[in-house]
Amino acid sequence: MAQPDGEPQTLVRKLIARASGRGDLRPGDIATCKVDLAFAHDSSGPRRWKPVLEELGVGLWDPSKVVIASDHYVPAVDAESAAILKLTREFAADYRVGRFFDMKGIAHTLLPQHGLLRPGMFVAGGDSHSCHGGAFGCFISGYGAADMAAIAATGETWLNVPEDDLIVWDGALPDGVTSKDIMLFLCRNLGMDNAFRAAEFAGTTVAAMPMDERMVLSNMSAELGYDVGVIAPDETTVRHIRDHGGDPGPYALSWRSDDQAHFSRRHVFDARSLVPQAAAPHSPENSDPAADARGVKIDQAYIGACVGAKLEDLRMAARVLSGRKIANGVRLLVAPASARVTELAAREGILASLLEAGATLMPSGCGACAGMGAGLLPAGEVCISTTNRNFKGRMGHDQAQVWLGSPYTVAASAVTGFVTDPREMLAERAGAAA
Amino acid sequence: MTVPDQGRAWVFGDRIDTDVLAPGSLMKLDARALAAHCLKSVRPEFASEVRPGDFLVAGESFGIGSSREQAAVSLKVLGISAVLAVSFARIFYRNAYNQGLPALAFPQTRIISDGDQLSIDLAKGVAVNHTKGQEHRFPAIPAHLMDIISAGGLTPYLKKRLAKADSGA
Repeated sequence: MAQPDGEPQTLVRKLIARASGRGDLRPGDIATCKVDLAFAHDSSGPRRWKPVLEELGVGLWDPSKVVIASDHYVPAVDAESAAILKLTREFAADYRVGRFFDMKGIAHTLLPQHGLLRPGMFVAGGDSHSCHGGAFGCFISGYGAADMAAIAATGETWLNVPEDDLIVWDGALPDGVTSKDIMLFLCRNLGMDNAFRAAEFAGTTVAAMPMDERMVLSNMSAELGYDVGVIAPDETTVRHIRDHGGDPGPYALSWRSDDQAHFSRRHVFDARSLVPQAAAPHSPENSDPAADARGVKIDQAYIGACVGAKLEDLRMAARVLSGRKIANGVRLLVAPASARVTELAAREGILASLLEAGATLMPSGCGACAGMGAGLLPAGEVCISTTNRNFKGRMGHDQAQVWLGSPYTVAASAVTGFVTDPREMLAERAGAAA
Repeated sequence: MTVPDQGRAWVFGDRIDTDVLAPGSLMKLDARALAAHCLKSVRPEFASEVRPGDFLVAGESFGIGSSREQAAVSLKVLGISAVLAVSFARIFYRNAYNQGLPALAFPQTRIISDGDQLSIDLAKGVAVNHTKGQEHRFPAIPAHLMDIISAGGLTPYLKKRLAKADSGA
């Protein structure tokens, strides 16, 4: 809520004001914030928290505010991974963790799937892509294991109040161009050095997006280096929360930046001129029009991760792949972001389209994206992926090459065997259903 | 283990990411074993030749990528005294302090050469380049982060704070 007689405030500043109880903050100030929800996964959570909590001699500050999801080491490929998963299960039981999702999908996907995020909340996650939930108008950010263990014990954490950047996209995205293309474009355009800054996304393009697409903007705020990537809630937001069993609360829509709020940077872009992007190895910053990379031969196409395997992403892939086959010599791996996404995709006929095209269906989880699952790459091979990072060695050998693209681009590339702008294939059967 | 007053500068470029510092596929290894792979794909000899008391010097956005604190732990295990960079990624910056590893941001790092002998005085905010005969001031470390460094990391710091709270101090 705007301070009645105070300065106009940005959404991010209001979120910090509520969590810290301080309405007087300026960028660079240190504030201590109370956490409404703390979450982590099998890699960053219980195996790191347990020794700390034991040493401090405390339990969770408020078990009802803690969510754990096993998504990195699932399914167990060896005894060590299995032991980590077992430890996670036992921790969840022993410490009475409020919500525990065992092999149900990626943590970032599960929070909105179960209506756990609401505008106004201050949320801490033990993963760099925790900012994914910023699409729901909450201050949600990632932290390392020690910080998260401290939050688990005390329910609070410190932050540097960030500068505020407003990123506006107006106009309709052309067919075949997605929020993933927006973020790849921004990685080049705004760079990846935006630490200690907060991004807010706005504009008619964003307003027209379903929540799955908005989450991509928030998710890849991490690649731009931002502390958070928020989107003010609207009817689309509150409907999504209610449809998923959550309660947005009576003041949900009041969580927005005041009209005269000060942003230290404002960027305005026209979505109508954006074309599908592909980021060359080894950084999301190496984004250029996908059409420019048409000569790059691929060995593997990967549709997975929190950012790139939501239901909307699988629909996009199916739009391209339906009635087509992947190229000889190409492997297409599809790892839906959660068990429920897999189920819904099955019901919609999406899985059938993907499988008939030659896709291999993988378990839900972070998997190859984090270099921890199946589908890794040897030296000398090339993969195009719907994930958010293509740093050297991330998906296997450090002499492998990973390109990043939207689900449309990755699917089209799987069909031709080369990095491919998807618009021609989509135009060939305009309006085809999945 | 005594840390020498001076250490060698290991200079890297911009955007050194956490996958290069602590590869994801190796994160089941214990801290010491994982540290042996630190920066291997950009500088294969680093992990074996670095000595306790050495410094890591880098460009923009050091530590971008994952929140894995193994990236900071590996540097600590290898004996790095401090990371000096033009700028840091937010999560790495926090992870470094939480592990008792000072992360010092200042723009003059670009004029430090690989192999220069450095020493730093955290309290005074001064870095000395003994090889070039230069002195650089760096911005004061925020008080609460100095407290964390002095305690040896976030967990020992928190332990002290909770003990004080219990005793009503």
